[in-house]
Amino acid sequence: MTTTSQRRQEYRNLFKQNVEKRLLVDKVVRIIVFACVIIAIIPLGSILVEVFKNGMSALSYEFLTEAPGSIGSGEGGIGPAIQGTLIIIGLSSLIGVPIGVMSGIYLSEYGDNRLARSIRFFNDVFMEFPSIVLGIFAFLMIVLVLGHFSVWAGAFALSLIMFPIIARTTEESLKMVPVTYREAGTALGLKKWVITFRIVISAAKSGMITGILLSVSRIGGETAPLIMTILGSSQFFSSMDVPMDALPLRIWRLSLLPYDSAQLQGWGSALVLIIIILGINLGVRYFFANRKNGILGQLVKKGLHAKN
Amino acid sequence: MTALSLKPTNAEIKEPSNPSSVDSEKYKMIAENVTISYDKTPAVKNITMKFKERSVTALIGPSGCGKTTFLRCLNRMHDMTKNASVTGKVMIDNIDLYDKSIDPIYHRRKVGMVFQKPNPFPTMSIYDNVTAGLKLNGVRDKKILDEIVEDSLKMAYLWDEVKHDLKKSAIELSGGQQQRLCIARALAIQPEVLLMDEPASALDPIATQKIEETIMELKKEYTIIIVTHNMQQAVRVSDYTGFMYLGDLIEFRETKKLFTDPKHELTAKYVQGQFG
Repeated sequence: MTTTSQRRQEYRNLFKQNVEKRLLVDKVVRIIVFACVIIAIIPLGSILVEVFKNGMSALSYEFLTEAPGSIGSGEGGIGPAIQGTLIIIGLSSLIGVPIGVMSGIYLSEYGDNRLARSIRFFNDVFMEFPSIVLGIFAFLMIVLVLGHFSVWAGAFALSLIMFPIIARTTEESLKMVPVTYREAGTALGLKKWVITFRIVISAAKSGMITGILLSVSRIGGETAPLIMTILGSSQFFSSMDVPMDALPLRIWRLSLLPYDSAQLQGWGSALVLIIIILGINLGVRYFFANRKNGILGQLVKKGLHAKN
Repeated sequence: MTALSLKPTNAEIKEPSNPSSVDSEKYKMIAENVTISYDKTPAVKNITMKFKERSVTALIGPSGCGKTTFLRCLNRMHDMTKNASVTGKVMIDNIDLYDKSIDPIYHRRKVGMVFQKPNPFPTMSIYDNVTAGLKLNGVRDKKILDEIVEDSLKMAYLWDEVKHDLKKSAIELSGGQQQRLCIARALAIQPEVLLMDEPASALDPIATQKIEETIMELKKEYTIIIVTHNMQQAVRVSDYTGFMYLGDLIEFRETKKLFTDPKHELTAKYVQGQFG
């Protein structure tokens, strides 16, 4: 027995020697991870700072509400672009969200077969498609057929970008819901679709919303497909069948102009786009964060309790 | 989401009939030659068991002997497992649960199930959890729902602890309370049979005692089948006990007899704690 206990002491010493090294490695890893975050954040942060710094001075009531003035005059605003962006995001979401969510539900809840596996594969490929290709597709399918630029074509192109993202994130969120809830529902004699829509989705809601918001942010900044479909315009929305403006298009055009006033307006437009996307994100999250679940709701609740 | 609600119609819950040869007069539930395989490896081998009305039957046996697998087949829960296959018959009130022409939903509404781990619906309140099986099947009458909530929670011995806070989220309850909530949820659909898979395994002795009291109380009205690792629990709550080993049903008798005078050598060894 003495040998064993002696041996154990040796082990203990071995571990003690290692402690120093392990702590060092731990520190190094932490530093590397932190450094990488900083490296990633610096460009992002500086873009934001730059946009705010340059864009703030362009903002005014007229800038937000009026149509663009003559080129290079520095007059007028980006009213049509803001309106157009809201319209195109709304329309694309109307098409892309239901289809994306339903596809995600299919893949997660009914997707244990060869068809679903191939859909999943093509979905992933589709997600990586350059957006201009989708724009050209919409151009061929709708603009050329109709013979004119169309808001529908734009919404169609953007919804094509949306739905693989939403389908994937929905599928992943639904799969995260433990099978025990589905079992509980089954044991209660509930039908599969009732379990899916009333129990599983409500448990996966937060992840699904994240995916939808991700896709909304993504299409909010898309430029190339819009050039092929809604072209851009200096006028407010009048019909689905004529060109319409959108913020990314406006930013693109303004940034190409050689006038300082136009550049300034470009920065202002970029700032407005960022604020809109941020606003949609916060707004949607706040709307869905009710008292029972959701981080915001819980924070609100805790705050109230603390006051009482 | 009201648009998605479904109303139960009589057509949907039609009573199927397929008379069987087995004498089911006194028996609520009969499992006949049940074999359950995962990927063609049998986990439960040719088990026949009869469950008397208003009795508690305990299933005991070492881990991996097929108790839970067998229990789940009594409610066709294996439909959810892709690689599982079940052969044999499970009769409830003389109707074969595995008959191809039968929608298992009809039976599941007769059979309540409580799982090993408490699994209340996380986004729902206590009240909504208890009423989930009813509301989501189209019961809308607030008065009936209120009545059932109170009745079910009382039967599960949870009412006094939660009656002032029925709107509270179910996941804010303690583990023991959650499990009793799951029992209340199972009882709310007014089942006739209650299947319990180690309902007290994750609970402390006091919560366990409460659940056992609940079972003793429920026995007056329900046919209960309970899987347990705890032999004392089997002795305390059950009238009949089945001992399973490696997928076989070794012995199935009145609890007292099985524990005091086991016929089979394996049973004797197991109940004496010599293996398991």
